Amino acid sequence: MTLTGMHQPTDETAAAELVRQAKAEGIPIRVAGGGTRGGVGRPAQAGVTVSTAKLRGITLYEPSEMVIGAWAGTPLAEIEATLDAKGQMLAFEPADFRLLYGTNGSPTIGAVAAGNIAGPRRIWAGGCRDSLIGVRFVNGSGELVKSGGRVMKNVTGLDLVKLQAGAWGTLGLLTEVIFKVVPKPDTVATLVLAGLDDPRAIRAMADAITSPFEITGAAHLPDGVGGEGARTYLRIEGFPDSIAYRTDALGKLLAQYGALSRLGDAVGASVWSAIRDAAPLAEPRDQVIWRLSVKPSEAPAAIAAITACRAARAFYDWGGGLIWLATAADGDAGASMIRKAAKAARGYATLLRAPDTLRAVVPVFEPEAPAVAALTKRIKASVDPAGLFNPGLMHAGV
Amino acid sequence: MSAIAFPIPDAGILARRDLIIEGLARLLPPECLVTSEDERRAFETDAFTAYRRMPMAVCLPRNTAEVSAVLSFCHDHGVPVIPRGAGTSLCGGAIPQEDAVVIGVSKMNRILEIDYPNRLARVEPGVTNLAITNAVTADGFFYAPDPSSQLACTIGGNIGMNSGGAHCLKYGVTTNNILGVTLVLMDGTVVEIGGEAMDAPGYDLLGLVCGSEGQLGIMTEATVRILRAAEGARPVLFGFETSKQAGEAVAAIIGAGIVPVAMEFMDKPAIDICEAFAHAGYPMDVDALLIIEVEGSDAEMDAMLGRIVEIAKMHGVKTVKESKSAIETAAIWKGRKSAFGATGRIADYICMDGTIPTGQLPFVLKRIDEIVKGYGLRVANVFHAGDGNLHPLILYNCNDPVEAQKAEDAGNDILKLCVEVGGCLTGEHGVGIEKRDLMTHQFNEVDLHQQMKIRAAFDPGWLMNPAKVFPLEGRLPVEDGALNGKAA
Ligand SMILES: Cc1cc2nc3c(=O)[nH]c(=O)nc-3n(C[C@H](O)[C@H](O)[C@H](O)COP(=O)(O)OP(=O)(O)OC[C@H]3O[C@@H](n4cnc5c(N)ncnc54)[C@H](O)[C@@H]3O)c2cc1C
Repeated sequence: MTLTGMHQPTDETAAAELVRQAKAEGIPIRVAGGGTRGGVGRPAQAGVTVSTAKLRGITLYEPSEMVIGAWAGTPLAEIEATLDAKGQMLAFEPADFRLLYGTNGSPTIGAVAAGNIAGPRRIWAGGCRDSLIGVRFVNGSGELVKSGGRVMKNVTGLDLVKLQAGAWGTLGLLTEVIFKVVPKPDTVATLVLAGLDDPRAIRAMADAITSPFEITGAAHLPDGVGGEGARTYLRIEGFPDSIAYRTDALGKLLAQYGALSRLGDAVGASVWSAIRDAAPLAEPRDQVIWRLSVKPSEAPAAIAAITACRAARAFYDWGGGLIWLATAADGDAGASMIRKAAKAARGYATLLRAPDTLRAVVPVFEPEAPAVAALTKRIKASVDPAGLFNPGLMHAGV
Repeated sequence: MSAIAFPIPDAGILARRDLIIEGLARLLPPECLVTSEDERRAFETDAFTAYRRMPMAVCLPRNTAEVSAVLSFCHDHGVPVIPRGAGTSLCGGAIPQEDAVVIGVSKMNRILEIDYPNRLARVEPGVTNLAITNAVTADGFFYAPDPSSQLACTIGGNIGMNSGGAHCLKYGVTTNNILGVTLVLMDGTVVEIGGEAMDAPGYDLLGLVCGSEGQLGIMTEATVRILRAAEGARPVLFGFETSKQAGEAVAAIIGAGIVPVAMEFMDKPAIDICEAFAHAGYPMDVDALLIIEVEGSDAEMDAMLGRIVEIAKMHGVKTVKESKSAIETAAIWKGRKSAFGATGRIADYICMDGTIPTGQLPFVLKRIDEIVKGYGLRVANVFHAGDGNLHPLILYNCNDPVEAQKAEDAGNDILKLCVEVGGCLTGEHGVGIEKRDLMTHQFNEVDLHQQMKIRAAFDPGWLMNPAKVFPLEGRLPVEDGALNGKAA
């Protein structure tokens, strides 16, 4: 019988069996989680979809060891609720792209790992790949492979865990993922500076981040992006006394940039989730979304270079290290010019949202230098020799 | 001890030694090529001194172009190479083999750029770990991972081993603090991986290179994260009557949502050894000691310590002693960081490095004691309690071959125990040759084959540090079909 349509294996043995069958029949596989990020990557040509939707459940949770493991299809919401009940959380603030993509469904923890996308806390707590400590996956030969584990210090053998983070399912079907977690902060304070232009905002954020006051979020929304007037947000977390002390100290440190005010807790929380999910750029829907990672100090110049040639709206996270940018979908959606600007800013650009037709012709992920591209191809072949998993999703031929 | 096998040296390569050296001499100036037996001897082992092998030659290139030229020459002549930093590896990661050329990066030891606003430094691989911190201390910054060997070990070696340190509980290990590297592959290709932006696109090659133990390429430059130091830091000593109580206190502290910068554990033998060496004021009337460090302003540290002391009291803490001055703080850390060296003054030792789920601490400590006693030996335990990374130091006399074998066997039993309780063979020192043959306890054949295939994507001919990490038995053949790692 030929494999077609959608399959939802209920355990990893069944998942491995499906992959072996697909291999035997030479049928490429689209790997799906909750389907909320189905718009990521180049449109892949696959004969069969393997969904992790029924591969769900928490496999391990030890609050005092700060570690949680789950089958890949476990909804992120279930993980977060479980952690929340014990006063813990994932450190890297995973985004929810349902608004951005206009999708329904429920993001899964496996897809979070595969996408390696971190939110504002990236500057303090590291990325998704820094929290991911163990994986099990089915490789392209239908074998179950494990790497890493449940302990947070582990240098035994090559680190295939990191390799899976950000591979978007092109290096196998993740079946189980294990994350280290952190305590939820007792108090979160969102501080805001008003009216700064982009270069000054970036300097203010750098001053804050390079202070001893442990900034866990630093974002700048220029005038007209998600609200009126430019707003530069800083976040600190900890015990109330410490928050009060650091708020005061930051106010003095940043005095030259104007008054530092503190938002109410609920408003502050909604600001950070909006930034995390790129909500200010979600509309209009027909615009494409670029995500640029650059050297923070170069970010304003990159935006200036881009907006000099093309109408675009943008905001900054990660103290300027991350730029979210929306622009029209005409032509190459600005690809060549945006990539040039990102490169000049020592970074790169990913086309995170665009119509299928555009993603079929414009490279979604930054084109790689020949030496890196050669390694990418060889690594792909070493895990998935027949090229079964999400073929072409990241790069043509990979 | 001769239990750990090395591959049989390739007679063909040995026979061509003169030609190979001649070829290398065309690529490097004389001061960068070590060929005399006397001078080569300094490179025959690393900090895993029980094993040594004399390399054919040692190259000390000065830049990426020279590394590339030497590698491409060795590649074309089928000569294995052993990348080397400072040679402080505790698992034999930098130990050569007779038919290999050592490539040491000690001449590449400059700090190329310090960029505070972007919190990064660009350095050459031979710069020492501490030199990076020292270069930025005056401005209030530091490089976070702090292996006890930080005065000597290089950033290249740190990346090679994905090294950790006492302060990793809060700041992460090497892989969490590196942004980019320049990597030269075995065939001489220069690859730029990552850079100054976060979360580089494509496969996480940087993550793969961290901890790859010199098997994927030679790093010739690194971009590292530097961080602003806290306003103050204060270690506090907590003495407990039993290891069990100390272990439970650690779990309770983390359970209460407190993650200190460091939580280090010492048992009675370790306390005795370290106190005699460092005069740090460690309590001598307890069986277990925790060094817990907190950071921040004075008021913040007081507040956090207050909470920690409360929890420690609930777990029967006997002594609490705060550092009252910078000198005391230095002494407290000196004692901990010189634990290995101080132990070395009283006996030979082998240092284990397994990690366990912290919930298993009391059980594992008890079993370690039984295992080592079973071999008629003594053990001192120092470790990173917050993350379960154990360092049992098994004391023995290296001039007694029987005892040496017992020490190695006891070590192996302990590492198997770590894996059995859900942990791993090595938390920060690496596999090298030391734990190579234990890899099958942690990984099955499929896991190891997958790792080897990925390794081969970088070095298809298995010429880079080939005797390490993967058991010599059961290796995948190299691409040209030659036998891989046939044991001597
Ligand atoms: C007293 C003592 C205390 C220690 N304490 C700690 C500790 O607290 N935490 C910890 O993690 N480790 C510790 N170590 C172990 C050791 O210091 C680390 O593994 C260190 O990172 C090794 O650095 P090195 O420069 O000496 O590298 P080497 O020993 O020379 O090499 C280590 C590995 O990296 C490879 N390598 C080196 N340079 C390069 C390069 N440029 N490119 C590619 N590969 C390269 C080598 O081939 C080898 O596999 C300790 C060692 C000693 C002796």
